[in-house]
Amino acid sequence: MTAADTPTRNAIEIRNLDFYYGTFKGLKNINLDIAEGKVTAFIGPSGCGKSTLLRTLNRMYSLYPGQRAEGQINLHGQNILDAKQDLNLLRARVGMVFQKPTPFPMSIYDNIAFGVKLYENLSRSEMDERVEWALTKAAIWTEVKDKLGQSGLSLSGGQQQRLCIARTVAVKPSVILLDEPTSALDPISTAKVEELVHELKNDYTVAIVTHNMQQAARVSDYTAYMYLGELIEFGKTDQIFMKPTRQETEDYITGRFG
Amino acid sequence: MDSMIYKRRQLVNRIGLTLSMSAMGLGLFVLLWILYVLFSNGIAALDWAMFTQSTPAPGSDGGGLANAIVGSLLMVGVTALVSTPIGILAGVYLAEYGDQSKTASLTRFVTDIMLSAPSIVLGLFVYAVLVAQVRHFSGWAGSVALSLIAIPVVVRTTENMLRLVPGSLREAAFALGAPRWKVATFVTLRAAQSGVMTGLLLALARISGETAPLLFTALNNQFFSTDMNAPMANLPVVIFQFAMSPYDNWIRLAWGGALLITLTVLILNVVARVFFRDNTQR
Repeated sequence: MTAADTPTRNAIEIRNLDFYYGTFKGLKNINLDIAEGKVTAFIGPSGCGKSTLLRTLNRMYSLYPGQRAEGQINLHGQNILDAKQDLNLLRARVGMVFQKPTPFPMSIYDNIAFGVKLYENLSRSEMDERVEWALTKAAIWTEVKDKLGQSGLSLSGGQQQRLCIARTVAVKPSVILLDEPTSALDPISTAKVEELVHELKNDYTVAIVTHNMQQAARVSDYTAYMYLGELIEFGKTDQIFMKPTRQETEDYITGRFG
Repeated sequence: MDSMIYKRRQLVNRIGLTLSMSAMGLGLFVLLWILYVLFSNGIAALDWAMFTQSTPAPGSDGGGLANAIVGSLLMVGVTALVSTPIGILAGVYLAEYGDQSKTASLTRFVTDIMLSAPSIVLGLFVYAVLVAQVRHFSGWAGSVALSLIAIPVVVRTTENMLRLVPGSLREAAFALGAPRWKVATFVTLRAAQSGVMTGLLLALARISGETAPLLFTALNNQFFSTDMNAPMANLPVVIFQFAMSPYDNWIRLAWGGALLITLTVLILNVVARVFFRDNTQR
């Protein structure tokens, strides 16, 4: 099930993807294209596999023995499920922001510099620039510019989450995965992060998992509705929310189910 | 509302509270009692001479504990230098690398056995494999015996503290493309540093009072010596020997030494808990 008319190129093409937690099959034959420079949202009730799907895109699951994926995920034409795929390089290209803010126990500056230093050798002034650039991108620069030396843990929850987004942006990935990035935040911080997602798609391909259907409607260009490990419907966000083709999708979106 | 259930709960609550409060009271009472006895007997020996003069010969007046204090510091210092890297690296291996592997479970099993092994057994072991081979007691042998006690403590506290670091933090670091060793050193170990440091200090506090493993290894030395290759005076063994002696000044020094060790351990514990507490909050 691909989007009917895709004017842009695909950043990621998922083909016949099955995912297993041990013997439990978490994803069943997923086929999906994620368009470059667009925001793709994944919605569905808890346990439907939307986070699982997101975690296959940077192979986060490979940290845990017993979890495995079968099929193909082509990132710019290259299958990342290949055994030869270097996971660290993959994760530098496909960044991820998590549900709970996870600032590292170091200064705000070092939080940003940590990821950049892994793959780039920048001079002090270049690094200063990069940190400012990333923090500006994440719309948090004005709030933290006078306290870059302070611990990242000293920020509020919403600020911490934007710091985490800045950290992800700083390494200049091509795809950014957001795993329910606002579910631990208050409404004002949520609005700021949503605004940010709009900004991000100018430069990045974004995939976002969310519990919140209004959020999916607000921020995304494409929406995928998942249920029990299957992709039920995928299409342009307007179409999914205005006139879904599947009865299940309509039931979920209108609140009759889930 | 059922008032019978409410009354019963109140009663159970009161009983529980009374029991736990009295248990706490008992524990505190014993601790204060120990401190009281130590202070009333040891405070008289705490003078300048105790830190400047060495242990007196039998029958001679005065004297101090300078040789024992320096010996203890040297041996505990060497132990800290040996057991810190080994203990922390092994702990990092168990928590970040080994996880469920066979090597890791075996290491964990052996560490647990060493944790519960009587310290006198470890002393005898070092006596058999080291002291008996070179045919003399030495400060080095003492440090080896103490390290055998300290390392498992450091390994286990390091592992436990690293396991307390939320998995989400680890995942966040991996998500940036960080290799495992960077995640371990820059993120998880740093997040757990206060706990790891506390574990280290507690391990040092524990070994600074160990007597049994030193009896067969460092033995004792009546004279001031900083030669780690020779028998070495140390506070626990001096206390052990002097406390049972017939000489008044020896007994006085034993009390003074006991007070000194207790205060050191107390201070190490308080430092470990207060100084490193800040980072773990929030």
